[in-house]
Amino acid sequence: MSKDLDAFREETRAWLEANCPPSMRTPMTGEEDAVWGGRNYEFKNPEAKLWLERMGAKGWTAPTWPAAYGGGGLSADENRVLQSELKRINARPPLFSFGLWMLGPVLLEYANEEQKQEHLPKIVRGEIRWCQGYSEPGAGSDLAGLQTKCEDKGDHWLINGQKVWTSYANYADWCFCLVRTDTSVKHEGISFVLIDMTTKGVETRPIKLISGSSPFCETFFTDVKIPKGNMVGRLNGGWEIAKRLLQYERTNISGFGSNTRVDVVDLAKKHVGVSDGVLEDRDLRARIAAHKMTERAYALSVQRAQEEAKAGQNVSHMASMFKVAGATLNQDRCELMVEAAGNRALGWAGEGFSADDIATTRGWLRSKGNSIEGGTTEINLNVVAKRVLGLRDTQ
Amino acid sequence: MTFTLNEEQQLLKDSARDFFREQAPVTRLRKHRDEKKNGRDPELWREIAGLGFAGVIVPEEYGGAGLGYVALGAVLEETGRTLVASPLHSSALVGASALILAGTDAQKQEWLPKIASGEVIATLAVDEGAHHAPGKSKLKFEGGKLTGAKQYVADGHIADLIIVAGANALYLVKGDAAGLTRRELITADSRGAADLTFEATSAEKMNGGADVIDAILDRARIGLAAEMVGQASEAFEITSEYLKTRKQFGQVIGGFQALQHRAAKLFTDLELTRSCVLAALDALDRSANTIAEYASLAKARASETVHLATNETVQLHGGIGMTDEHDAGLYLKRARVAEALYGGASFHRDRYARLLGF
Repeated sequence: MSKDLDAFREETRAWLEANCPPSMRTPMTGEEDAVWGGRNYEFKNPEAKLWLERMGAKGWTAPTWPAAYGGGGLSADENRVLQSELKRINARPPLFSFGLWMLGPVLLEYANEEQKQEHLPKIVRGEIRWCQGYSEPGAGSDLAGLQTKCEDKGDHWLINGQKVWTSYANYADWCFCLVRTDTSVKHEGISFVLIDMTTKGVETRPIKLISGSSPFCETFFTDVKIPKGNMVGRLNGGWEIAKRLLQYERTNISGFGSNTRVDVVDLAKKHVGVSDGVLEDRDLRARIAAHKMTERAYALSVQRAQEEAKAGQNVSHMASMFKVAGATLNQDRCELMVEAAGNRALGWAGEGFSADDIATTRGWLRSKGNSIEGGTTEINLNVVAKRVLGLRDTQ
Repeated sequence: MTFTLNEEQQLLKDSARDFFREQAPVTRLRKHRDEKKNGRDPELWREIAGLGFAGVIVPEEYGGAGLGYVALGAVLEETGRTLVASPLHSSALVGASALILAGTDAQKQEWLPKIASGEVIATLAVDEGAHHAPGKSKLKFEGGKLTGAKQYVADGHIADLIIVAGANALYLVKGDAAGLTRRELITADSRGAADLTFEATSAEKMNGGADVIDAILDRARIGLAAEMVGQASEAFEITSEYLKTRKQFGQVIGGFQALQHRAAKLFTDLELTRSCVLAALDALDRSANTIAEYASLAKARASETVHLATNETVQLHGGIGMTDEHDAGLYLKRARVAEALYGGASFHRDRYARLLGF
């Protein structure tokens, strides 16, 4: 087996050498370098487009998905080789996508053949950009309290209601959405549907955050008609799919916002000063050291979880633990960066501050969302306590 | 890098778990404490050695099993779970490592087989003050005679062979050497230790300088961190069980969110630390060039985690957690001793920062 893997590594290395454009082997300079794809996506860099097309054609944007649905069809071991080869050349991710991270895995598990054939290949190639219609004004942490109504009108579903915190809904082509199909029960009255955002009656409105950016939207559905075939899984069976999707979501987020161009140690050295090789502010130094250790511990734990995960099911309630730890880590990092940079990280705009300084400030503010989006830290600690540790109200 | 045990390592861990649960549960430490044995349990040590645990890292040519640090770490974790009072860490890990790394051929021939069989108990004497400070030593060595003093030497009261670290050199001192005075310490963890004084004591110089001392200490730190993960895991599991059974206000207290979140955070902390310790043990077996970083990472994190875990064990048990009758206090006391040995969280944060260049 390892012999086959060695051969695969060689092939992979050669292919990447020939196909990964030079500018895609440089570190991303910020969130604006992320490629999200979709019908109306404007590539800032033609090489980014090329890189996505090549990786998408090979199915390597979704390396372990079956080739029948456009995926790479790789084994877990082959995928590890691919990832290490990508890392070796500092390759940028060809595609950032809620379709890849969240929807695809649950479609593979719950969708019918027609739905898989229709949607998965387009996710792999980055042709369709998806958004997530989960939270509502009255359903945040208590997600199952959602009220967006979905009625059976014989030859179609009719949807009315409002979603909120719909990430990038204003750019999305399609929305995977939780809707209420039975008002007499709570969790058992929820269904999982797919909505084309160009359908009449769909409206989005961006929400401005404290960081100044608008990654989230409000999304309104007014008498939106969707085909009967757009429900995934059974009627009123959406909550199970919703929870599984959250496990994938929690595995993939937690680090939004941090200015990754700058290392906190370098920033501290620059602004705080060093004598005899030691940061002059000893208190800050000790806290940065503790943070660096947690960062390492977290990275090692992610690696360990991947190694321990058996083939097949690769998410679990442990995703909640990683979500909490990752969010805390990123927020700590952002706070330490702002502290280390002093007044350089307290600018907002204009020529008095460098782009990096502004990114540090904005990233710090954006990171406040890490412990809220994708399930608050409190909700995720509930999941760990109840589902992993088995602590319940009654025993 | 690998985090999962191979079949051989898993078998060893399972047999260690079974043996310590049956033959050396916490009640054994408690009984020996009450009988004022201060860590002396030669009968248990014979059984441990009989199972081959004393020779896990000793190469086969010297009568050991040559299984490496991941394997010994797995055994040490199990000793941590039931607070086994034995010189396994001091002798089979630290003593054996010192001889492997710094012993002359003759010293290895003479001592390693005896350490592997458990016939000889070895330990390392390093600190001379209240805090871990390996660079600070006033030890003098002239004409084959050693003069100086060491404090709180783990298993120093029962060791047959003492490896003494100066600032830049290592020495072997036999337990019965003339000029060696031991003051036995009755310690909080009921394991005992000793202050040692050397007055023109016969000693044999070993190979290596400060870098080799550091390498030996890193092995000591990683091995002890493995034991500490065992202590923290067991303390956490005992507490978790209590949360599921103790009832107040008509319900189990584990149903209260304030306690659920504390348990979930502690669990997360423990999992992150376990990854560091497994990676550090693996780094030793791979002879990675980042052992020093891993050692400080593992020892600092293990110190923090076992500190938190044992404090939470007392608090979440409420009144019973403060009593001598409950095991919480035994875990708390051993935790603090293990934290301090070979440098605590603060020492290793400082060292880690230095290793990372700030």
